[in-house]
Amino acid sequence: MKYIKTISSSNLKKTIAKGGCGECQTSCQSACKTSCTVGNQKCENK
Amino acid sequence: MSKASKMHKFFLNNKYIVLDVNTGAVHVVDKIVYEILDFYGEKSKDEIIEIFKSVYGAKAVEDVYEEIEELVKEGLLLSDDVDISNFKYNESNIVKAMCLHVAHDCNLKCNYCFASQGNFKGERSMMSLEVGKKALEYLAKNSGSRRNLEVDFFGGEPLMNFELVKDLVDYGRSLEKEYNKNFRFTITTNGILLDDDKIDFINENMDNVVLSLDGRKDVNDNMRKTISGEGSYDIILPKFKKMVEKRGDKDYYIRGTFTSNNTDFSKDALDFYNNGFKKISIEPVVTPEEMDYALREEHLESVLKEYEEFSKEYINIKRNDKDFYFFHFMIDLNQGPCIIKRAVGCGAGSEYMAVTPEGDLYPCHQFVGEEDFKIGDVFEGVKNTDLRDKFKNANVYSKEECRKCWARFYCSGGCHANSYHAHNDLKKSYSLGCEMEKKRIECAISILANLDN
Repeated sequence: MKYIKTISSSNLKKTIAKGGCGECQTSCQSACKTSCTVGNQKCENK
Repeated sequence: MSKASKMHKFFLNNKYIVLDVNTGAVHVVDKIVYEILDFYGEKSKDEIIEIFKSVYGAKAVEDVYEEIEELVKEGLLLSDDVDISNFKYNESNIVKAMCLHVAHDCNLKCNYCFASQGNFKGERSMMSLEVGKKALEYLAKNSGSRRNLEVDFFGGEPLMNFELVKDLVDYGRSLEKEYNKNFRFTITTNGILLDDDKIDFINENMDNVVLSLDGRKDVNDNMRKTISGEGSYDIILPKFKKMVEKRGDKDYYIRGTFTSNNTDFSKDALDFYNNGFKKISIEPVVTPEEMDYALREEHLESVLKEYEEFSKEYINIKRNDKDFYFFHFMIDLNQGPCIIKRAVGCGAGSEYMAVTPEGDLYPCHQFVGEEDFKIGDVFEGVKNTDLRDKFKNANVYSKEECRKCWARFYCSGGCHANSYHAHNDLKKSYSLGCEMEKKRIECAISILANLDN
C-alpha cells in the first residue's frame, strides 16, 4: 500500500480460540500496584 | 456500534496513527488517509473525492479510498465487535497470584501512602510463619492447572520481616515439587533496610523487584520521609544503585509516584535514568481528592502534556539505548495478551488476592483495611462469594463507559480500586485515570511507530 503502513496486523479476535489460559502475569503485580495496564504484557501461551 | 468505538485515530510524534479497536491492528497512515477516514462510511466515494480533490487531486483520493476499503475487507479496519459473551471467566475460581502483606509496619512515613504508613488503618503487625505457609498452601492448592504462580512480598515494608520472606521462599520451593508449580517471587521495598545479604538473597530468589523512590531528591524528600521527618533519598539511592548493579539482567523496576506537586514527572524519570536505572515506572498518586497533593481535573492538561513531552524524549533515548523502559510506554502489539485477558483485566478478587498479616484475604492490596471487602481468610478460603462474583463480573463488557471506549482492550477496564474509591461502584470508571491511561497508550504506540524503521 502506498498511503498506509500496517505496523501490527494482529487480530485479537483470533485469540478467543486458545485464550483465557491464565498463565500470563497478573497485571498489577509487576510494577504499578496502583493502576491497571494489560496491553503491555506478554502472552505466555505461544 | 459507532465508528468511534471501532476505530481510534490520533496524531502524535509526527505520526498519523489509526487503530482498529476490535482486532488491535495498528496502521501508520499519510495525512490524506487520516482526513478521509473522517468521512469514510458516512459519505459516498464520489462525495469524498469531491471534498478532497482540490487539495490532493482526484486520483490520490480515489487510491486512498481503495486502500481503506481493502483494509476494511481484510477485517483490519472498522471491524465489528467480537462476541465473547459465551465466555465464562474463571469458572473454577482459580487463584494464581497473591500479594503477601508480610509487615503492616513501615520505617518510612510517606505523606501519600495509601497504606496509612504501613498499617492499612489497623494495628501494626507482622505476618507469622504459620499464616505465610497457609497462604502459599492456599495458592498451590487452589491454582488448578496453572503452573506459574506469583507471590509479591509487600507491606508496609517487607524487609522489616525479612526472615519470614526467606522462610517462605524456601517453603514455596518445597511446594513447587509437591504440586508441580513454579513460584515467581517478587518484592516491593523502600530499600531502607537493604544490605549486602538481603540484596544477594533478593537477586537470587526474586523474579522481579520493585524499588520505591520518587525521582529527584527534592521531590522524593518532600513526600518520602523517615520516621524522624528527614528526607530519605540519600539513605536509599546508594542502596538501590548497588542492588541494580548486582542484579545483572534480572527484572526490576524503580517505581515512583507523582502528585500534583510534580506534574513535570518526566524529569524524575530522567533523573532515574541519569542515575543508571533503566527500568522505570512512575505512577499517578492514589489519594482522596481533598488532599493538597492529589491529582484533580485541573491538573489533567499538564499531566497529559507531560506524557507527550516525555514520549518525545523517550524516542530519542530509545534510539541509542534499547534497554531503557518506562512501564507505561511499553506495549506489545503482536504478542500481547489474548482478548479474554484484555476483557477481564487484572483479576483482583478472583485470580489475585492480598493476604494480611493475620491471614485475611482481600480482593487486592488496595482494598486491605476496608472491612466490607474482606473476602475470606487463608484458613477457610473465600467466604464472601458474592463479593468475588462482583469483581469477576466487572469487565469491559459490563462497564458501560468501557464498552464504547477505544482503549478498552489496552487498559481492560482499569483499576477496580480506582473505580471504587472514585464512585463506590466497581462498574464506574475513574475518568481522570482513564484520560491518563489513554494518553499513555497513544504515547506507547507512537513510540513504536517511530522506532519501527
